[in-house]
Amino acid sequence: MSMRITFITAWRILRQLLNDRRTVVLILAVPALIIALISAIMEDSPRMFDQVGLVLLAVFPFTIMFLLTSITMQRERTAGTLERLMTTPTAKMDLVGGYAIAFGACAAAQTGVAAAVAYLWLDLDTVGSPWTVALIAIVTSVFGMALGLLVSAFAATEFQAVQFMPVLIVPQIFLCGLIWPREEMAGWLQGVANALPLTYAVEALQHVQTSTELTAGLWADLGIVAGAAVVATVLGAATLRRRTG
Amino acid sequence: MPPDNSSPPAVVVDRLVVERGGRTVLLDVSAAIPAGSVTGLLGPSGSGKTTLIRSVVGTQKVKSGAVTVLGEPAGAKGLRNRVAYVTQDASIYPDLSVKSNVSYFAALYGRGGKDAMAAIDAVGMGDHAHQAAGNLSGGQRTRTSLACALVCEPEVLVLDEPTVGLDPVIREELWNRFRDLAASGSTLLVSSHVMDEADRCDRLLLVREGRFIADDTPAGLREATGADDLESAFLRLIRELEEDR
Repeated sequence: MSMRITFITAWRILRQLLNDRRTVVLILAVPALIIALISAIMEDSPRMFDQVGLVLLAVFPFTIMFLLTSITMQRERTAGTLERLMTTPTAKMDLVGGYAIAFGACAAAQTGVAAAVAYLWLDLDTVGSPWTVALIAIVTSVFGMALGLLVSAFAATEFQAVQFMPVLIVPQIFLCGLIWPREEMAGWLQGVANALPLTYAVEALQHVQTSTELTAGLWADLGIVAGAAVVATVLGAATLRRRTG
Repeated sequence: MPPDNSSPPAVVVDRLVVERGGRTVLLDVSAAIPAGSVTGLLGPSGSGKTTLIRSVVGTQKVKSGAVTVLGEPAGAKGLRNRVAYVTQDASIYPDLSVKSNVSYFAALYGRGGKDAMAAIDAVGMGDHAHQAAGNLSGGQRTRTSLACALVCEPEVLVLDEPTVGLDPVIREELWNRFRDLAASGSTLLVSSHVMDEADRCDRLLLVREGRFIADDTPAGLREATGADDLESAFLRLIRELEEDR
């Protein structure tokens, strides 16, 4: 693995994204607009918006990064560029690391815009710092990106890659406590929720909502999400094959 | 220029057997490709040309036998700066410009922007350098893909059907380019299913149904079969083989 080649790869992926102006606008604007919509819907109960809007700040970039990465990586695999790269000095971790850096930067920009809109314009209110919220949201979306990388190995077409979203992303969103409090779910569902990384991202956000303290529990939650991102990235790299049949 | 027989061969294929999807695609093939020459790999589609080429660049899983390139096992780390591969379909990024594509590969090989522009000019794409690769014609895409390989000034250049669908003028230009590269010491392995390109090669490897049925110079092949043109020489060889069965 070489840092030089990893950054060259990241820059190439970012350039591809930047050349697609419409995608850039969609990436930056959509999460902010959706949160604005939720805010309008919940106009009469700002306390409810404080909870839902906050969780969406992490869940949207998570979902979008998953979709973007699974499709771009799937393209790389089927368009022959992956095979070609495997004959160049690029190591597998250079490629995966390049994706992580490029989409991590994307996620940071997206979260930045959404958080700025939510806090400055939509009066989202948390006891803890918006910076902590942004950190949690970015780590969560990097996890979404890593899942996308991994999933691209199991998708033969872009069509299949999109179909993986309801399988891997939607259950995490439903069980993370966004649409129903986890404590009120059946015991076995709580067990499932506890096994899903997004749950810990939401737990961390809920902590920031009520406290300014950066407790060990908060760091542990964030550590679980970051750890899941690392595991998915390494598994994703393991699915890249220099030699194929 | 006739290949220099005193130097060791650039590529040695030794009793190579490759299976793909339960079918044996290459059955125990052996050949030596002389350094500083253009070797044509000719045969009908489905005969195993691409599989052999992928074995030489080290992206093909092989069942038994060995491929040695420049003294190292095919695909070895040390070869990734010295061997370049041009896939059958242009493996470039459609959402990047010609220049960005070639600059990316140049950077991977540790080369700069000047090398990239030189490679673009060498394939006659200088006027299109800022055009997105996705908007190019098929022949222009092939030439861009070739530039991405030329940029590392490879000692061994492996090309899979590079002239398919190109107009005669560009084909002529490319073959002149290949001849120049060989004259400057590079070794080229070029696959084709068009027999009229065979006369441009120093050596011919004729493949049929996963076996080499001839490994000779164009003149030697004419002499051995008594045919005037290489197309009928190929046909005679096939008939002789079928009679022997």
